[in-house]
Amino acid sequence: MIDTGFDVILAAMILGVAAGAVLTRGMFAAVVMFIVYGLLVALAWLRLGAVDVGLAEAAIGAGLTGVLLLGALGRVNRQLGEDGTPPDAPHRPAAIRPVALLAALATAAALAWGFLMLPPPDGLHAPVAQNLAATQLGNPVTAVLLNFRAWDTLLETIILLAALVGVWSLAPDAAWGGRPGLAQRTRSGGVLSSFGRLLPPVGLLVGVWLVWAGADRPGGAFQGATVLAAVWLLASMAGLSDAPRVASLWLRAALIAGPAVFLALALAGLSVAGFLIVPPGAAKLVTVTVEALLTLSLTVMLGLLVLGPPERAA
Amino acid sequence: MMAAWFTGLAALLLLTIAAALWRIWRGPTAADRMMAAQLIGSGGVAVTLLLAAAGQPAARDVGLVLALLAAFAAVGFVKAASHRGAGDPEADDASDARAGRAEGRAHD
Amino acid sequence: MIDAASLLLSVAGLIFFLAGTVGILRFPDTHSRLHALTKADNLGLGLIALAVALQAESWAAIAKIVLIWALVLLAAGTSAQLVARVALQQGGAPGSGRDDAGPDAVGSTPSGQRDPAG
Repeated sequence: MIDTGFDVILAAMILGVAAGAVLTRGMFAAVVMFIVYGLLVALAWLRLGAVDVGLAEAAIGAGLTGVLLLGALGRVNRQLGEDGTPPDAPHRPAAIRPVALLAALATAAALAWGFLMLPPPDGLHAPVAQNLAATQLGNPVTAVLLNFRAWDTLLETIILLAALVGVWSLAPDAAWGGRPGLAQRTRSGGVLSSFGRLLPPVGLLVGVWLVWAGADRPGGAFQGATVLAAVWLLASMAGLSDAPRVASLWLRAALIAGPAVFLALALAGLSVAGFLIVPPGAAKLVTVTVEALLTLSLTVMLGLLVLGPPERAA
Repeated sequence: MMAAWFTGLAALLLLTIAAALWRIWRGPTAADRMMAAQLIGSGGVAVTLLLAAAGQPAARDVGLVLALLAAFAAVGFVKAASHRGAGDPEADDASDARAGRAEGRAHD
Repeated sequence: MIDAASLLLSVAGLIFFLAGTVGILRFPDTHSRLHALTKADNLGLGLIALAVALQAESWAAIAKIVLIWALVLLAAGTSAQLVARVALQQGGAPGSGRDDAGPDAVGSTPSGQRDPAG
């Protein structure tokens, strides 16, 4: 009874915050609503027993996305004129709103149809549990991500890399190869720079622990990398470490280390059994190696995605 | 008994959080909205602690991540609100707010 | 006995959270509303942390609870300080009892957003 009550309140709040984010007139209020939405959805995943997803949502939804949107909003406002319109506002035809509404409704209908067409949900619990021992892992979610469905994870990582290349391609010619984001300025010894000094050691510990513990309990490369990226961004915003030049070879190496080794091990599997197939005895070693390097690459990717295209000349 | 108690308390805590949502909606300043979000963040961490005590210890890990990143949005906010998007409110007015504001205007 | 202490502490924690929320809703201006954030809800979280620490299954769990509370304390102190500075720069002197900062002045230049508070 009490559990149901909690869930009903939580679900109502999620709907309320989502409606608030869409309906509020101010963009800033919408961004703050969205940050709170991330927090509440993380709690919802927790209630559904999906702690891994809850961790990712807490780090991405309540953490990284908030800073990304706030930074974007600050930029938009600085570019707006006194009357609140951008200097080169594109002329929007009046028909755009109904068309956008129709497109949104069609997408929602397609999703609803897809959901209703799903086979009855007996889930993948049983087959995953049966084969968990072969992966030498204790966390079924990590087993799915890095072993049973490693293919998906490999492609996701490459998609993130492609997204980063897309962001970089927005750089003006003069800044190409330079440092992303703005030069950060803080008062030395002030609250912001002290906070930027205090938190990263703890964050580093928590991030690495999430990756390491992810083999046997909730956690993993994505969750750990998001925490590490957030801590890196915090140190950067506190003016402790400037963003690296995007032309830096070290940076490029860190970016591709994870996907490259993942791909190399997948190809190596070809000589034993097949593409992306890991010999059972080596499963844990392979998984931990891939996770460690993926964490490095994902940390750098996520951090650079938030920082944006290079803006300062090399 | 204790599990039900902690879950019930978490539900009541959610309701107090819901009240703070009003401040985000209403504002009126950006600082008000940001502070309300911060309060909701602390409340969310308390909810994870209560859920952990109610029999889901893994909730504590989510609470740890939320606690670690609790000030993250606020830092992003003061950065975005600063003069050129990369400043520090303390560096912008080291001595006096009014002097700092006058100086800020002089820049433009 | 321990259960009773947990009950008592957690109720006290909830009351402080409630006080914080009432404060953030009812206080008249931005700077007084900061009090709600910096004091009441952190004490509330501390009491709830104590209540659940009494029920924790291991010392490691207690250490994690303490770490979580310390992190939130640090975050709340930092963000209250920083957000208060922003509120001060954007207008609305402490104790003025009115909201005279321009709404949502994120990133707009100080001159562009509003007249200075008198």
